[in-house]
Amino acid sequence: MSMAWEVVIGLEVHVQLNTRTKIFCACSTAFGAEPNAHTCPVCLAMPGALPVLNEAAVDKAIAFGLAIGAELNHRSVFARKNYFYPDLPKGYQISQYEIPIVGRGHLDVLLPDGMEKRINITRAHLEEDAGKSLHEAYAGESGIDLNRAGTPLLEIVSEPDMRSAVEAVAYLKKLHALVRYLDISDGNMQEGSFRCDANVSLRRPGEPFGTRAEIKNLNSFRFLEKAIGYEILRQQDILEAGGKVVQETRLFDANQGETRSMRSKEEANDYRYFPDPDLLPLQLEEERIERVRAALPELPDARKARFIEQYGLPTYDAAVLTAAQELADYYEIVATDQDAKLAANWVMGELLGALNKAGLEIESCPVVAEELRQLLTRIADQTISGKIAKEIFEILFAEGGSVDAIIDARGLRQITDSSAIVAMIDEIIQKNPQQAADYRAGKEKLFGFFVGQVMKASQGKANPDQVNALLRERLQAQ
Amino acid sequence: MELHQMGVAELSAGLRNKDFSAVELSSTLLQRLRQAQDNLNACITISEESALEQARAADQRRAQGDSAPLLGVPLAHKDIFCTRGQRTTCGSKMLAEFVSPYDATVVQRFQKAGMVSLGKLNMDEFAMGSSNETSFFGAVRNPWDLTRVPGGSSGGSAAALAARLLPAATGTDTGGSIRQPAAFCGVTGLKPTYGRVSRYGMIAFASSLDQGGPMARSAADCALLMDVMAGHDALDSTSHPQAAGRFSAALGRSVKGLRIGVPEEFFGEGLDPEVAQVVQEAIQWYVRQGAEIRPVHLPNNVHAVSTYYVLAPAEASSNLSRFDGIRYSHRSGSSVDLQELYLQSRYEGFGPEVRRRILVGSYVLSAGYYDAYYRKAQQLRALIREDFRRAFAEVDVIMGPTTPTPAFALGAKSADPVAMYLADIYTIAVNLAGIPALSLPCGFSKAGLPIGLQIMGNYFADELILGLGDAYQRDSDWHQQVPGWEEQ
Repeated sequence: MSMAWEVVIGLEVHVQLNTRTKIFCACSTAFGAEPNAHTCPVCLAMPGALPVLNEAAVDKAIAFGLAIGAELNHRSVFARKNYFYPDLPKGYQISQYEIPIVGRGHLDVLLPDGMEKRINITRAHLEEDAGKSLHEAYAGESGIDLNRAGTPLLEIVSEPDMRSAVEAVAYLKKLHALVRYLDISDGNMQEGSFRCDANVSLRRPGEPFGTRAEIKNLNSFRFLEKAIGYEILRQQDILEAGGKVVQETRLFDANQGETRSMRSKEEANDYRYFPDPDLLPLQLEEERIERVRAALPELPDARKARFIEQYGLPTYDAAVLTAAQELADYYEIVATDQDAKLAANWVMGELLGALNKAGLEIESCPVVAEELRQLLTRIADQTISGKIAKEIFEILFAEGGSVDAIIDARGLRQITDSSAIVAMIDEIIQKNPQQAADYRAGKEKLFGFFVGQVMKASQGKANPDQVNALLRERLQAQ
Repeated sequence: MELHQMGVAELSAGLRNKDFSAVELSSTLLQRLRQAQDNLNACITISEESALEQARAADQRRAQGDSAPLLGVPLAHKDIFCTRGQRTTCGSKMLAEFVSPYDATVVQRFQKAGMVSLGKLNMDEFAMGSSNETSFFGAVRNPWDLTRVPGGSSGGSAAALAARLLPAATGTDTGGSIRQPAAFCGVTGLKPTYGRVSRYGMIAFASSLDQGGPMARSAADCALLMDVMAGHDALDSTSHPQAAGRFSAALGRSVKGLRIGVPEEFFGEGLDPEVAQVVQEAIQWYVRQGAEIRPVHLPNNVHAVSTYYVLAPAEASSNLSRFDGIRYSHRSGSSVDLQELYLQSRYEGFGPEVRRRILVGSYVLSAGYYDAYYRKAQQLRALIREDFRRAFAEVDVIMGPTTPTPAFALGAKSADPVAMYLADIYTIAVNLAGIPALSLPCGFSKAGLPIGLQIMGNYFADELILGLGDAYQRDSDWHQQVPGWEEQ
């Protein structure tokens, strides 16, 4: 029986910046080309080749710094991180070490329980990505593809502020949304544009931090959650057996759902960092920072505030709807000239539910926003009822098409012709004399029964308000 | 005068007057380069075919009315500059088979100017050495005495110029690698202000110290070469935006009123009295022309060698990591796994001096030693820079010997790295500060070995020191003395 352990989590996130060219040469950053198609003397580390900084990458780092309210270092320094690896052609990675471009900042994260938590960000620095080793298709040999070598990365290091896997995932999601809002990364996790390492340790609440393990290779939100979950149990077992957690780097194996030791602290490289003499210190002029600030898009927190203000949405709804730029854009289309709260309910309820069930992201949503808006229009103008609308939504989601075409093709138009509804009501009263008598004798609850019968008879198409009014009238009349 | 005896300016005039063609000129020099190989070993590669092709192209350009000043004038590059489609070895087994896919900016600029590249010149391995004895392709011999070293690391460049195999060559200078061999061989070489000559395509030894520069037989010829090779290069982030200049146009200046600083630190213990005397006499020439001497102090020069031998190996240890046996450098045939491939390829590919510096450099950067060595050396570097700043507030140039002794015998210092390192005692501070310095011949020892005068200038005073060297050479003929290697 274990006493409570508190988990302490910090994340290091590598974000590939979506510049057109690499960070230190003019080669393309496009993904998926033939191996080594996007290389030149600089990113191949030919003798004598020299790096020249891509200013677009700097602007993207500045944008990120501004978005997290960070201190920007007006003078930052590129350093060499020295180690040998076949996919690291220079034998060192150009990174930033003692002085990064982005200093302390923070991100406010919405947790599933509706609470907000501030996660502090220690720093973010610019660096270059490595290439890839290809072990398949080269019988007994390894191939090296340096297309990715030199792709700009922003490494974002958080404080150890997260206390559960859920918080870590919420932070990572918010960060993911932010870099896409800022258009500084495509955030494509499958292609490795957004990668996460997690530092995880346990402690008794109130005690100093325990020894941490660093888990590498977490390229999805689910993997992050699973890896932390596994790591908590692993460390807990060690600690409760009286053992000590070893400081080490561990690799998450997605197939087995477990983390495995990669190298211990003793085996860690001495990277022999020193300032890169090929690059001058990076100076940021105030005008440049202001130019980037002026070009910033509306950021998630500002948009959330606007949603509350403009659409009168509850904080929770506004936070959910602005968590991803695409979702917020989608919502704003749906809510145009509609009941904003109803639109929010539809987007958060039906739409996100269906997406979730189908395992889809909003970007690949089969229902275009304009159609969902049309659906709300048809509810509002009483062409269809809310119930029918849900049916139509399911058809839209499964088969696509337009709301009006579906209504017409399937005869789903609401029945608002009073005489038609009266005829249906009279027939049902006639078929159910006993219930009618009981109702009149005061058994009010039976009203619901009659409503259900009428709706059933009309296949849900009868206008519910009219049904209510007319039913009451006809039941009393006899 | 025979073609091989002419300097850049004379050849330029001869080609312009159509006294001879670029093809004739290059053919003559190619033949001399080949013939001298056995004695001097100045070249690593002689590129006959491409040279003649370039010479023909130069003649054609001239026939079409092109009158670029250096059109058709031959030169050769230190084998540290990448040349497309040609072997670029850096004097190392590591790159013995390396054919560069691109041209260094300097190579490209000379090509554009119509100069004809005859080949690649021998050098200390990765420019690490002061005697040219560390070259994988064998030592270069000093044309003034074939039992002596030509200096290094640009030893092939200096020897070829002195032996009248070439009118012009490129060199690089990290701690004296242009000036020391220039002094040992009796030729003229400029280490420009850091940032004036692009480092792109120049194989890096110590990036914050490396600077390419011209070597020739006169300061005036060096100025003509600087007209072409200097200038901002967008491919080199340390290239200075105002790097270009009209170097040859700035020649012919008066010496009157010039304030010369003569630091006593450059005339102390360890300086050969013969060198001291010859250099002092040269300085007196300037005084006779109306210059005045002011004492200056460079108190931190005493730390220059030790500072350099922390910083340069530190940068080198990282710069040379790319030679890992994976892509283009030497790969050992005997390795069984990745770790072994690295160790074996690098052990086989690098010579002992390079390995020593990689070890030293890795050590001074390693955790726990960084502050004691690397950081401290950076602090000393700042002090050395400050020494010069203070001195140049008082004087226009600083003069002294380029080297403490004339050329030493082959093998004399190769077993004692520290003795070898001290051969650069007067040249290293200049690189640490990033200022320009010129070495020019100013006399001979009794044994008949050339002695070099070093003129150091403030940042961007390259034109000034070239002009002062030129003024001296207009009134002296030390630089016109020809070594008797062909009779030895």
